[in-house]
Amino acid sequence: MGADGIGVAVRRKEDVRFLTGRGTYTDDIARPGQTYAHILRSGQAHARIRSIDVSKAKAAPGVVAVFTGADMAADGVGGLPCGWLVKNKDGSPMKEPAHPPLVVDRVRHVGDQIAVVIAETRAQAKDAAELVEIDFEPLPAVVDSKDALKTGAPQVHGDAAPGNLCYDWELGDKAAVDAAFAKAHKVAKIDLFNNRLIPNAMEPRAATGDFDPASGDYTLYTTSQNPHVIRLLMGAFVLHIPESKLRVYAPDVGGGFGSKIYHYAEEAIVTWAAGKLKRPVRWTADRSESFMSDAHGRDHHSHAELALDKDGKFLALRVDTTANMGAYLSTFASCIPTYLYATLLAGVYTTPAIYVEVKAVFTNTVPVDAYRGAGRPEATFLLERLVDVAAREMGMDRVEIRRRNFIPTNAFPYQTPVALQYDSGDYFSTLEQAQKAADWAGFEARRAEARKRGKLRGIGISTYLEACGIAPSNIAGALGARAGLYEAATVRVHPTGTVTILTGSHSHGQGHETTFAQVVSETLGIGIDQVEIVHGDTNKIPFGMGTYGSRSLAVGGTAIVKALDKVVSKAKKIAAHLLEASVNDIEFKDGKFTVVGTDKSKTFGEIALTAYVPHNYPLEELEPGLEENAFYDPKNFTFPGGCHIAEVEIDPDTGVTKVVKFTAVDDVGRVINPMIVEGQVQGGVAQGIGQALLENCVYDKDGQLITGSYMDYVMPRADDLPSIGVATHTTLCTHNPLGVKGCGEVGAIGSPPAVINAVVDALKDHGVTHMDMPASPQKVWSVINGAHRKAAE
Amino acid sequence: MYDFAYHKASSAADAASKAKGKSDAKFMAGGQTLIPTLKQRLAKPSDVIDLGGASDLKGISAAGGAVTIGAMATHAAVAGSADAKKAIPALAALAEGIGDPQVRNRGTIGGSVANNDPAADYPAAVLGLGATVHTDQRQIAADAFFVSVFETALKPGEVITKVSFPVPQKAAYMKFPSPASRYAMIGVFVAKTAQGARVAVTGAGNGVIRMKSMEAALDKNWSPAALDGVKVPAGTCNGDIHGTPEYRAHLITVMAKRAVAAAG
Ligand SMILES: Cc1cc2nc3c(=O)[nH]c(=O)nc-3n(C[C@H](O)[C@H](O)[C@H](O)COP(=O)(O)OP(=O)(O)OC[C@H]3O[C@@H](n4cnc5c(N)ncnc54)[C@H](O)[C@@H]3O)c2cc1C
Repeated sequence: MGADGIGVAVRRKEDVRFLTGRGTYTDDIARPGQTYAHILRSGQAHARIRSIDVSKAKAAPGVVAVFTGADMAADGVGGLPCGWLVKNKDGSPMKEPAHPPLVVDRVRHVGDQIAVVIAETRAQAKDAAELVEIDFEPLPAVVDSKDALKTGAPQVHGDAAPGNLCYDWELGDKAAVDAAFAKAHKVAKIDLFNNRLIPNAMEPRAATGDFDPASGDYTLYTTSQNPHVIRLLMGAFVLHIPESKLRVYAPDVGGGFGSKIYHYAEEAIVTWAAGKLKRPVRWTADRSESFMSDAHGRDHHSHAELALDKDGKFLALRVDTTANMGAYLSTFASCIPTYLYATLLAGVYTTPAIYVEVKAVFTNTVPVDAYRGAGRPEATFLLERLVDVAAREMGMDRVEIRRRNFIPTNAFPYQTPVALQYDSGDYFSTLEQAQKAADWAGFEARRAEARKRGKLRGIGISTYLEACGIAPSNIAGALGARAGLYEAATVRVHPTGTVTILTGSHSHGQGHETTFAQVVSETLGIGIDQVEIVHGDTNKIPFGMGTYGSRSLAVGGTAIVKALDKVVSKAKKIAAHLLEASVNDIEFKDGKFTVVGTDKSKTFGEIALTAYVPHNYPLEELEPGLEENAFYDPKNFTFPGGCHIAEVEIDPDTGVTKVVKFTAVDDVGRVINPMIVEGQVQGGVAQGIGQALLENCVYDKDGQLITGSYMDYVMPRADDLPSIGVATHTTLCTHNPLGVKGCGEVGAIGSPPAVINAVVDALKDHGVTHMDMPASPQKVWSVINGAHRKAAE
Repeated sequence: MYDFAYHKASSAADAASKAKGKSDAKFMAGGQTLIPTLKQRLAKPSDVIDLGGASDLKGISAAGGAVTIGAMATHAAVAGSADAKKAIPALAALAEGIGDPQVRNRGTIGGSVANNDPAADYPAAVLGLGATVHTDQRQIAADAFFVSVFETALKPGEVITKVSFPVPQKAAYMKFPSPASRYAMIGVFVAKTAQGARVAVTGAGNGVIRMKSMEAALDKNWSPAALDGVKVPAGTCNGDIHGTPEYRAHLITVMAKRAVAAAG
């Protein structure tokens, strides 16, 4: 390993510009003649629009244009597409109601886009928006997915989705599960709600549309995790602009967590309007808009049952989930509670039979889609809570019941009953390492000490697994994906031996400019300062599928490795020519091409120069130049996993729960940069603790968003968090050359059940067997207080 | 933000005269409440009169058994004031617990007291210590100052110049912050004064209130245990997603006991 190579905690190259305020975010980009768009949003959860009168707004000072859904429809603008077709139990396709960028005659959630006002300044656009006159006919709203399924519930899409049902889907062997339950020694049951979250990226979404009348070229500057996907979706389905005429550029992006994967209405609106007005049109969300228009996450109701034999072995698992889709299908909404959720329900256990039913439901709420972890946190929370309940039912130790059901370390590759085949893992080692780091054995002493201080202390564990690096395209396609899920890369070696990497992955906090450069450094034997990572611009990068689901290194990194291999292979041929040896005798190591067994060698820089100044060069057999492309289609998911242990202390007087210690031991495959892995895990755990104790999106029964600002939405802050102990235990991924699995989501996936298991443990003497998230002070106090009252009665 | 006319005042008197005759003039102190309100288009003042240049509104001093704080003293200035820390440490500690460093470096005592947010911290100290609010026109006793939610005894165009706090024998403030906003979900200020105990509660609902039942108990026996027998009816409090009236009422007792314990 070189100074900048794989495994070194190199400081992040990109941080210099971020920390000195020199990043370039979408909102930083100014275009000559630009105009400002303000989106007029619905304040009502559900209403018919009888009429919209924009005449006064159009006449207001500085106004350039006002457009409504009717204007877009008249231009043939399409609806926002959904990227994954899920089928019902009977094989019929899910319901996909129209999702126009600006509504035509009905609003379906608070924040729904009604009109766009475009003016010379942002203030003028806002002023004019107040002059748009809309005659609403209020309609009853429904916000809870279970309520939406009841007969007589308000219908979000009428005949386009009868009964508000998007799909009713199943996975697994129902008969086998029923048979196993019939002979079960004990059945553990749980009902839970996985709370709805609002992503809250630090940078609000922004989009600027630009149109060049001379060339007919469109440009969209946008806060996206996957610019090529946006180009495809918006170009092909919404605005009908060919790829060759559409550039999508996602420059520095300040956090995504999934919420910037999707093709949003505003992107289509500004691009379309720029073409109509022949002027740039820019839009930046204010924070209130982010709350009501960024896709939300989670929001599952579930009932689950686990059948056990007399030794505590899991015989079968049965799960029934209702997933809230919100008012429309966001880009990947449909696959989250199905292929990224139900397929994970085996977890790290040998449960032989699993059957899952999932109903996806429309409601008058902001659309729900992937949010850090996407389906896998929901699966993990359900499973790891249920295992704790099972241990209690069986009178068994929580750790022992897990160990008894772990997939043995020698059983890989391991086929689960819910479609996935795990390639590698060692759940015993991560468990043992975490127990040691957390001093699990010494906990009861700490509990007793806390009791003396009047505090209730609890410890909780979660042994989890997740699937990353989505996914083999043919398998995804067979399951309904409407896109491929490979990644692309170009390695461009310059004449002086420096290297530019064009990657289809997108970095919005992950540190690709460093990690990817380390991979190049390791392979080519050059320093990371010789490597430039370019991402985010469809005019520069040949193609890409973007960054989500912890796929960047496993899929995008592998594409880079493949392209690097091609570069090295060609460079060897050049070296063989220069060294007058057979190519088979050329060895490449530490940046040097050497004839095996001799001291004859050429440096990487010499080969690069020769490739571009091919005076002494095998021109008959080899093209000049040193640049290679590769596409990599993953062979399988990767399966990071590990063990998270949370220790909490509850103040029984106030119900305040503090995480006093948190330990994560994760197997993320090979670690390229341990500092970045630690940062990713800590950030994920912060979000996981946020979900477990603090964050909660609340609507009132009329569909008003109660948690529409930081006055009511509880974002985790530094002082809500303990210092988070992070360690890794590596088993290599067996099917990608780097052996990497992914680390972006493990923190958010493994941690929530560890925290809630700890809360339940702390409250076990109060008769608590489950608590839904977030375990807010009020909720915890009510439970304790309820128990006190009962004891007093 | 809607358009308004902007004025910079050089003194309290200048501010008052600039406000005169305007249809809807607003004073601006730290702007921590006013500016977000304007940005969200929730207010449409005709004129905004900036108090930032009014030098007679600044300053913190301790003399004659009172700590006097100029209306434009920032939370950070009060938190860091040696005089305040020495004379009424509970007051400095309260200021230190408001918002975050940015807010403390801009927000002022005058703005906080004039605004009378039902979850703000300062009103608890003003009422709990029986302070006097000085304006360009008169002096208003704390008990008469806070009228209702976001409503005070101030008349339109009246400028708070300073607030003077009599130094108590003992005092402490205990805040249970809202998990989201970190304003007080319940904040209890207790003070032992020559005239008797005072207990002021903020965050309960309709603005800061005195808990006379607790004061009576503490007059008899200044100790946390004295509050065990005092029932706080849930009806004292409002509810929201973070706390039911029952939970808030319970927190009043918990925070009051902790405040008495902290006061010593
Ligand atoms: C993120 C954030 C967190 C906060 N957290 C807390 C908290 O935990 N606890 C808390 O108590 N507060 C909190 N605040 C509010 C903060 O303390 C404000 O500073 C305070 O409410 C208003 O003070 P200001 O100086 O900013 O006043 P401004 O916003 O300038 O004015 C507020 C109101 O007072 C009037 N006014 C101002 N000065 C005078 C005067 N001298 N005479 C007459 N009228 C006047 C103005 O006209 C206006 O109506 C928070 C604010 C923010 C933004």
